[in-house]
Amino acid sequence: MDITLNNYLAVAAILFAIGLMGVIMRRNLLIIYMSLEMMLQAANLTFVAFSRFNGHLDGQVFVFFVITVAAAEVSVGLALIVALYRLKRTTQVQDLTTLKF
Amino acid sequence: MDIAWFLLIAPLVATIAILLHLHRKPDMAIFASVGSASLCFLIALAVACGGIPEPVPYEWISLPGWTVDIGMIFDPLSKGMLLVVTGIGLLIHIYSIGYMAHDPGKGRFFGGLTIFMFSMTGIVLADNLIMLFLFWEGVGLSSYLLIGFWYEKESAAQAANKAFVCNRLADFGFMVGILTFWFLMGTVSVRPGVLAPLYKENAMPATGSTLNQVVIQTTQAGSYAAQHGISASPVLLTIMVVGLFLGCVGKSAMFPLHVWLPDAMEGPTPVSALIHAATMVAAGVYMLCRVYPLLLLSPAGMFIIAFIGCFTAIFAALIAVQQNDIKRILAYSTLSQLGYMVMAVGCGGPDAAMFHLTTHAFFKALLFLAAGSVIHALHDEQDIWKMGGLYNKIPLTFWTFAIGMLALIGCPPFAGFFSKDYVLSVAYAYGPVFYWVGVITAFLTAFYMTRLVVVAFFGKARTPAAEHPHESPRVMTIPLVILSVLSFTGGFGFIGIKSLYHAWSTGVLASTGLLGVAAPHAEPNFFLEMIVPAAVVALGVVLAYFLYAEVKVDPLEIKVLAHKFYFDELYDYFLVGEQQLAARFLNWIDSWILDGLIIRGAAYISVGVGELFRLLQTGSLQGYAFLFTLGSIVLIYFTIFH
Repeated sequence: MDITLNNYLAVAAILFAIGLMGVIMRRNLLIIYMSLEMMLQAANLTFVAFSRFNGHLDGQVFVFFVITVAAAEVSVGLALIVALYRLKRTTQVQDLTTLKF
Repeated sequence: MDIAWFLLIAPLVATIAILLHLHRKPDMAIFASVGSASLCFLIALAVACGGIPEPVPYEWISLPGWTVDIGMIFDPLSKGMLLVVTGIGLLIHIYSIGYMAHDPGKGRFFGGLTIFMFSMTGIVLADNLIMLFLFWEGVGLSSYLLIGFWYEKESAAQAANKAFVCNRLADFGFMVGILTFWFLMGTVSVRPGVLAPLYKENAMPATGSTLNQVVIQTTQAGSYAAQHGISASPVLLTIMVVGLFLGCVGKSAMFPLHVWLPDAMEGPTPVSALIHAATMVAAGVYMLCRVYPLLLLSPAGMFIIAFIGCFTAIFAALIAVQQNDIKRILAYSTLSQLGYMVMAVGCGGPDAAMFHLTTHAFFKALLFLAAGSVIHALHDEQDIWKMGGLYNKIPLTFWTFAIGMLALIGCPPFAGFFSKDYVLSVAYAYGPVFYWVGVITAFLTAFYMTRLVVVAFFGKARTPAAEHPHESPRVMTIPLVILSVLSFTGGFGFIGIKSLYHAWSTGVLASTGLLGVAAPHAEPNFFLEMIVPAAVVALGVVLAYFLYAEVKVDPLEIKVLAHKFYFDELYDYFLVGEQQLAARFLNWIDSWILDGLIIRGAAYISVGVGELFRLLQTGSLQGYAFLFTLGSIVLIYFTIFH
């Protein structure tokens, strides 16, 4: 069977939904973090797919940017999580509720 | 840039320098202050000789149909006044170097003087009422700062407040006057070339300006305006004139706001001489002369001006008869002379007013500076009954004081004689009542000034301090000598002060088409102009001499005069006593209704709403993420499908 744009978009949507569920449901910060990355990759996938099917390179260029920024973001995020762990001795989100009334 | 701007820039720069830094270095402050005053005087001389042209005005505020400039007027009126302000200002700056030599705050003092010079020059040169009003407030500020110069003294601080409050009160009226002027005329410019056409547009044909004609004109004004379609109603014109005059009432300390000027003597003596005798208090008279064509629009307003001036003249002279403080006597005589000037404006003789203003600036500055020299010599003694026998111990001070006194009482041929007679002849042409009140005032002036001189300088020394006075240093006596020369010669025809102002007022009247119509014909009447005033002066001097020569205590005791007609007590009762009740009530409204209900109420509502929404902040990270996602989905749904 032919692989059309819709197939790609469906995969991306599934990836995004899995990631979102992970962010909302899981209790461990590291896992939430990985789920976030998954959502990012879903977005990247749609970029590449559109780029391929529209015969336009802009989407691909954009993906490179996203990957680069994501790499930087990962390092900052991980550093924050490590610092948080040192301070609170936990990475479970239900224990990190100091920002409230 | 035109060089004339340095008249304002030089004192402004000096002020800023002293304010920011030099007030801690008195010698540098004196240098800056006296330097800027000298520069101003030099430029003023060049301006008066016609060496510097009028600068091109800067546009300051520009609205559709209305612009306000920062500009200067150079006409005989402003040139004469400019020379008076900068010249006497410079002399008093120099005098102050000696007078304030041992005061720790002299840097601050010279800073105040420089702000004053800046503002006063601005008033003299201003070409519109908005600019004039700004500088008007500026002199009010410097007056406040300098009256309260010895602020650690309770009475000085109180006097400064009193002066400021009185001036603010009058400035409210002045603002009403300016706004009415703007409303009626559509401009705020006071350039002679602007005012003359405005006069022609709004005036009813003048039949004359003597008292009887004024009454007729005033009663007919309403019907005339209706017939000829003049838009400015006579009532509004009168409000405008009275409003502008109220500004003068405050600054020139006319009755009923006269109370601040005698108290202003709490300031250092050079300040009393410069600000509260020679220049600032005359600013009101100058302002009236500046807008003179507009005053002519309201004969009723002119009558009010003449009446208040005349009343203040005799009222203040009566009080002066029973005062014992040398500076207060001079202060009341200033009030009285200002009354003469205002009366002259009201009677239709602005040139007489300016002539008297100029000669008065000479001899009153001289009297105050000489009084300061006496006070200095006696180590801060101001009570004339504690002086006595000073005439041969401090001769230079005595002789200069005597010249000032002779000029003030109008003894021929001193300057005051000519200017006072000119004022009286204008008053006679307007209404003989004004003339006779003026003559009685001249008698009282001669009486109290002779009393002052006889008690303070003749007889025997009444206190140990008065036995060994020391003559003041050269830096103080030289300005005295220069001012005595001016006080002696200022009135002579060849000096040209009278003809300068006369040429100006003739020009103003010619441009308004009033020449020979509205100006009272000052027909030379030798008997009334020369003989009567000279005779009453002689009578006053002789009477006072025989009463006060060789006495130890005052033989006259008139309580009501010594207490200044109880005006301070009256104001205390009504303004301070009764007003307190109203003030307390308003305070209650302010703190409970305005602050409590409205202002704090609004704050409490936002606080309450904030408390409510705070409950949404649960602290659960995933709860936020969920809501965020939900929000995005809703947002996307609406953007795409609607």
